[in-house]
Amino acid sequence: MSLVTEASTQPAAAFRVTRSRRNVAWTGIAALIVVVVFALAPFEVYSGTTAILVQAFIVLTLASMWNLLAGYAGLVSVGQQGFVGLGAYFVLILGLHGLSPFDALPVAAIGCGVAALPLWWLVSRLRSGYFAIATWVLAATIMLFIERFSSIGGGSGMPLPGFTGYSSTLLTAYTYWAGLAVTVLALVAIYLLLRSKLGLVLTAIRDDEVAARSSGARVGLARMLVFVVAGVGCGAAGAVLAISQLQVQPSADFSVTWTAEMAFATIIGGLGTIEGPIIGTVVYMVLQQTLASYNAWYLIILGLVAILIALFARRGLWGLVDERLNLRLFPVGYWLRTANADRRRGWRRA
Amino acid sequence: MAWVNAIIQGVLTGGLYALFACGLSLMFGVMKVVNLAHGDLAVVAGYIAIGIITVTHVPALWSLLIVVPVMAVLGYALQRTLIQSALDRGVLTTLIVTLGLSMVIENGLLQFFTANTRGICAGCALVQDSFSIGSQIQVAWLLVVIFAVAVVVLLGLQYFLSMSKYGRLIRAVADDKEAAQLAGADYRHVFGIAAALALATVALGGVGYGMYSTLDPTAGTDTILLFAFAAVVIGGLGSLWGTLLGGIVLGVAQQIGAQINISDELLAGFIVFLAVLVVRPQGLTSRRAQS
Repeated sequence: MSLVTEASTQPAAAFRVTRSRRNVAWTGIAALIVVVVFALAPFEVYSGTTAILVQAFIVLTLASMWNLLAGYAGLVSVGQQGFVGLGAYFVLILGLHGLSPFDALPVAAIGCGVAALPLWWLVSRLRSGYFAIATWVLAATIMLFIERFSSIGGGSGMPLPGFTGYSSTLLTAYTYWAGLAVTVLALVAIYLLLRSKLGLVLTAIRDDEVAARSSGARVGLARMLVFVVAGVGCGAAGAVLAISQLQVQPSADFSVTWTAEMAFATIIGGLGTIEGPIIGTVVYMVLQQTLASYNAWYLIILGLVAILIALFARRGLWGLVDERLNLRLFPVGYWLRTANADRRRGWRRA
Repeated sequence: MAWVNAIIQGVLTGGLYALFACGLSLMFGVMKVVNLAHGDLAVVAGYIAIGIITVTHVPALWSLLIVVPVMAVLGYALQRTLIQSALDRGVLTTLIVTLGLSMVIENGLLQFFTANTRGICAGCALVQDSFSIGSQIQVAWLLVVIFAVAVVVLLGLQYFLSMSKYGRLIRAVADDKEAAQLAGADYRHVFGIAAALALATVALGGVGYGMYSTLDPTAGTDTILLFAFAAVVIGGLGSLWGTLLGGIVLGVAQQIGAQINISDELLAGFIVFLAVLVVRPQGLTSRRAQS
């Protein structure tokens, strides 16, 4: 299953090609420290804080997946809430068969990836806006279908079974670690994916689909893989959601607000970069926490900010940082350096 | 007899869906914009009508004299500002901007008008009266009127697009906006006119929906947009009369679904939509009536 039909050209001898200007090891070490600090959080902070962080992990995972879809593969899905809900319900169904929620989480995520294949077959014929609403209809259809079964709670949902063995402190900590693990795995997976040959194809699609297609990139296959990966990621986030809420509820788990949140967080942070969704999630959480007492206002402001950024700062907040500092926390592209050029000015982004 | 009734009701609700779908189809056909805020704009039109009726106590249908022009002007303004600047930046941006607009409208309505459901003119004779065919079939006059309005709107659009000067301009711009621009047509203005037409039909649909059912802030995304879209895809992309056919197929599927099991109404409609997507992705009509 080759993604590129022709091998990429070798760099000429006069140039040196690297992944990054700065040493990747430093960002790697920094990332590791951040993960360790986050992993220790349940020992340091109150459960209210970890609950907020779990919410942030869910949004970050979703935003990163949506970024992969819309930012790289050009697939604007408005139906990712379908996978969020499926992930949550898979945890419930496995729980009803005796699996503990934390064991059910990875199974649910993989189940969502498997479910993504037939769904992709349904929607792959449509493009751009029609793809967007078709995925939305699919998510609504899945929800209506699930609501038919009263054994899994019907239209009103039901509490998750299998939490009886956990003390409240332990449950909070496990939920937090599950959320952290899902987010870290999602980011690492996306990073490795974008550095692979598939990443090259996706970056080519992002920059110019027609050119990518005519250079032999198998756009359809790459898109299918991304749709499946995003299904797994959104399903895992949905499973974490169900565990953190201790229940499933169809209208909440399948709410289109999930897609709005993941899309807006990505747009605000910067579409088509790994760093963008991270920044966007921080902005989202700050807005949500400060405006939480004003009901729907955070969604109104989020929508307005997303519109303004989509129109006037197309590369998002990370784009503004990048323009000034040429910074890459996650180097997935290539840098080209001429052999005799000035060390500071000779770098060109490839 | 119950099945005949379901089919009659379904065909008539198809008229309402066509009113929503033809605006969506028009905007896609002319400027390649998929307006994700389409349903929310219909709800806005309904809320404006409720406001006018509450304040002035005019009969419900008189409110259309204000709502339709207001929505048309809003459509022109939206197209010339927000949607045009999004269009200049690519398809992805138009989707994000209209999704953002949808969220802003929906949550704005929620914030200012609460989540309560509202009907338009619930006690009016037009909303409540019905006539019977035989002994078992009751047909609401309202649905007949809405269906007739949908047919008149589609006939009017068809006539306008094929006969009038602006219709010719719209078709020219839809075919090739650069060439039309070279020939002296200001395509941005023409896009604005098309958006005004689309939102005028949305206004009719929104008020009709408010009379037929009830409106609440989430109705725009939960039902109207998805129904409109399903009708467009079932009928065939870019076909004006296809939206009526698509609306009828969707309406009949929903009513038959409801006949089998009252809670399966929506599911049946969406399953027919998915079946059309699998079997005939280009829709039931393949001719391109619009351009």
